[in-house]
Amino acid sequence: MPDELINLTIDDVPVSVPQGTLVIEAAKQAGVLVPHYCYHPGLAVAGVCRMCLVEVEKAPKLQIACATTVAEGMVVRTQSEQAKQARMGVLELLLINHPLDCPICDQAGECELQDFVFQEGRPGTRYAEYSKRFNPVEDFGPDVLYVPNRCILCTRCVRFMEDLAGEPVINVSERGDRAYIGIHPNARLDHPWAGNVVDLCPVGSLLSKDFLHKARAWELDKTASICTGCSQGCNVTLDTRENVVVRVRPRPNLQVNRYFICDHGRLNYRWMNRGDRIEAPLVRRHATDWDEALSRAATVLRGAGGKAVALVSPRTSTEALFLARRLLARFEWTGAFQVVMGDEAPLPGVPDLALRAERAPNARGAELLGYSRDYAAALETSRTAAVVLVIDEPDAAIETAGTLLYLGTVLPESAHGAEVVLPIANVAEEDGTYVNRDGRVQRYFQAKPAPGMARPAWWVLSELLAQVDGAEHCASAAEAFDALAGSTDAFQGLSYAGLGAAGQGITAKAGARA
Amino acid sequence: MGYPHKPHAKETALLSKHFGDPDARTYKGWAKRGGYEAWKQAQTMAPAAITDVVKESGLRGRGGAGFPTGLKWSFMPKEKKKPHYLCVNADESEPGTFKDREIMRWTPHALLEGTLIAMRAIQAEVGYIYIRGEFTEPYAIMEQALAEATKAGVLGGHKIHLHRGAGAYICGEETAMMNSIEGKRGNPRIKPPFPAAFGVFGMPTTINNVETLAAVPHILRQGAAWYKAMSLSNPKSTGTKLFSVCGHVRLPGNYEVTMGFPLKDLLHELCGGMRPGRTLKACIPGGSSVPILNREESEGCLLDYEGCVEKGTMLGSGGVIVFDDSADMVYQIMRLARFYAHESCAQCTQCREGTAWTTKILERILAGQGKMADLDLLLDLSDNMTGKTICVLSDSCAAPVVSGIKKFRTEFEDYIAGRKQPVMVA
Ligand SMILES: Cc1cc2nc3c(=O)[nH]c(=O)nc-3n(C[C@H](O)[C@H](O)[C@H](O)COP(=O)(O)O)c2cc1C
Ligand code: SF4
Ligand code: SF4
Ligand code: FES
Repeated sequence: MPDELINLTIDDVPVSVPQGTLVIEAAKQAGVLVPHYCYHPGLAVAGVCRMCLVEVEKAPKLQIACATTVAEGMVVRTQSEQAKQARMGVLELLLINHPLDCPICDQAGECELQDFVFQEGRPGTRYAEYSKRFNPVEDFGPDVLYVPNRCILCTRCVRFMEDLAGEPVINVSERGDRAYIGIHPNARLDHPWAGNVVDLCPVGSLLSKDFLHKARAWELDKTASICTGCSQGCNVTLDTRENVVVRVRPRPNLQVNRYFICDHGRLNYRWMNRGDRIEAPLVRRHATDWDEALSRAATVLRGAGGKAVALVSPRTSTEALFLARRLLARFEWTGAFQVVMGDEAPLPGVPDLALRAERAPNARGAELLGYSRDYAAALETSRTAAVVLVIDEPDAAIETAGTLLYLGTVLPESAHGAEVVLPIANVAEEDGTYVNRDGRVQRYFQAKPAPGMARPAWWVLSELLAQVDGAEHCASAAEAFDALAGSTDAFQGLSYAGLGAAGQGITAKAGARA
Repeated sequence: MGYPHKPHAKETALLSKHFGDPDARTYKGWAKRGGYEAWKQAQTMAPAAITDVVKESGLRGRGGAGFPTGLKWSFMPKEKKKPHYLCVNADESEPGTFKDREIMRWTPHALLEGTLIAMRAIQAEVGYIYIRGEFTEPYAIMEQALAEATKAGVLGGHKIHLHRGAGAYICGEETAMMNSIEGKRGNPRIKPPFPAAFGVFGMPTTINNVETLAAVPHILRQGAAWYKAMSLSNPKSTGTKLFSVCGHVRLPGNYEVTMGFPLKDLLHELCGGMRPGRTLKACIPGGSSVPILNREESEGCLLDYEGCVEKGTMLGSGGVIVFDDSADMVYQIMRLARFYAHESCAQCTQCREGTAWTTKILERILAGQGKMADLDLLLDLSDNMTGKTICVLSDSCAAPVVSGIKKFRTEFEDYIAGRKQPVMVA
């Protein structure tokens, strides 16, 4: 039976795993990380580095944990003298031609060679007095440099380009200790997903030009987030150094992006560090404090009637979109957003993974909350509306007989005439959720403080609601989301805590795509 | 010794009977000599019955590993769900081995006939003969023979392709060969999956050496019992074996003897002994990849699978490399290590880095700059390189080093202690 469990012991810890599980994965369940280089759960097994050698009882020789499948009653020892010696031997051999230039290497601190050598390597070298292999640094592609001297030839990069990107432009060239990763003379590593080779490389051999010498790994703070590059909703980690976002990397989510993100998403972060932000609320272009600004806006809302229009950015959190709708519920309400379109770029080796043409992380969330894609019609309605509420939509050349309330991160020319301008946080500065194109609700977390007096949009809108309607203020994104889930069909049954780090799909019925 | 020449009285010329006779190369000439009779016979037999005869004969692989041929064929799926393939290993690149070359040069039809019989036994419709790239003459001869056989209509619906080797020793390793045939880099594959389940193009595949297959028609024609009876020592080693002898003997060349034949007689009688005034020092009996024997071991060694193991080495491919007392073992071992360092496919860390480091240490010892500790380092390194990699190229580099240091340690120490003039190696 396929779902029968196999029982084995790894370093004396009993584990039960599904049939076909690799020993290296079963070991994780026993709390054992078998040192490895060529193995990566997102790639086909290669079994070439020979780092993961372990002892398997009754086997005539050591076995590689990455290519050995579990068997009933198997006894695996990762710490036997023989296994440890063999792995120490591999580490010694990986280092003989390695430049040991960790002090100037971007990978230092997050290098698997450093980690495993530190864990079980030989304290000194026996490769004295011989020269090391040398090959100059090569420019592989728009964001990838190859430093051959550090390469341990694990072939992860080659397998990614061949099997997943479907563009086999790099290979192992030459033989023996002369081998290196070569690139086709007429090709560049410029596939829209090529940047993943930098993350996959276990050492500092493939480097991101964008991140080059920006920070040492140990200076970085890491925050779970969601890519805002398109509607796929890839899970990412924002790396910040002193509250500046310096790098975006994929965060594994088997349901959405496996271990990868596209280059568009990877490089789509500089705007999170913009210096020209609105740092204080404005009333008729005069800086003021929150009390005055909120009460002015509340007065406008309370005093108006008839039509209201919300023009929102599809990068706005689901929570803010929900509260904005609720705020305008007393009016004859229209909400709309517009989506920037681009080219679709799939990663062929992974089903259902692509840089989507819709370059918006929360278009689906907006739709589910009743916002329309007919931005032009909403602009037309704005002319006769009593109130126009804008959330961070830069294209806000709005003509209205009513009052313009502007919530934004920056102040575009067109919003200068707003009655009230309320500074809000961007995605890196707040907690919230997005709904991806498949209806998966996913949380992102605050990575750095918002500038000046800026606040999350959901906080601002919840304050306004409290003042206008006497509603209870939401103290967190969680409270805002739970209020949303409690009152919106599509989100029924979900809770902010329940979304966890990997997210959850909206209810099947409501989630079925048109 | 080149052909034509008369076989030595102690040889058993079965495969080599027609070596040197250009007429046997032609289809007509081959048919005249009883060629393709076995193939006709095989076509009347059920595949499993052919396999049984070969099993019964005790024939074992002549490519190096000595795996029982009939047993190997029996691993192929009985019930055919996918195309089956036969790959003929004619990549012969093991230093000191040059027997398959002569089979193809002189008796190309023997190989084709054995190939066809094997294909029927394993139900393969397509066969690839993967011929070492440098073998331009054997390739041309095989091409001619295949054209003649095709024209004569003997292929019976089977397809045989000749494939030029890709210029790397490693392409002779069976799984690397399958990759090479697929047009990929010749890297050995990890096993499982085994070729009989997932071979070339992902289909069930059997790989056999040229000499192995050339023996098959004889077995079919004259019977398993007859073949099995050819055994001078251990009954698990049957038939005849071609030995390519090179190095310090008076008459180097190919010699075909019955399994179990004494190495001593091969060297001192068939090969005419050492050059005048020279004595035997060492011998590698199975191609460069097996442990070295010293003089005593060589002279007591019986040439079959078990006899070689008994002396701590292996029969391998049957490439016999002979060293007399003028040989510098340190230099010779360095040359072998350098070959493996050059040929490592670079997948496995131990092999890629270990073969090169081994070579560097040996070169340094030869240059008079070695240390005594280098010998222990070499042994430790060799241990790291043994039994831990995808294929055994890594082990093959270690074998002569370990046996060399064990048996000829003083020669290493002489260089290290400055008792011997340093050798500068390019
Ligand atoms: C590095 C390496 C090189 C090899 N080269 C050859 C070769 O040139 N010819 C050959 O027949 N077998 C060679 N072999 C052995 C093959 O892998 C395989 O065992 C053999 O072809 C099987 O045929 P057999 O069973 O008829 O001997 C080589 C093995 C290794 C590890
Ligand atoms: S560049 Fe990196 S990923 Fe590619 S083979 Fe070398 S070490 Fe592995
Ligand atoms: S042992 Fe050497 S030749 Fe064999 S697969 Fe590994 S690296 Fe390649
Ligand atoms: S991780 Fe298992 S061989 Fe590389």
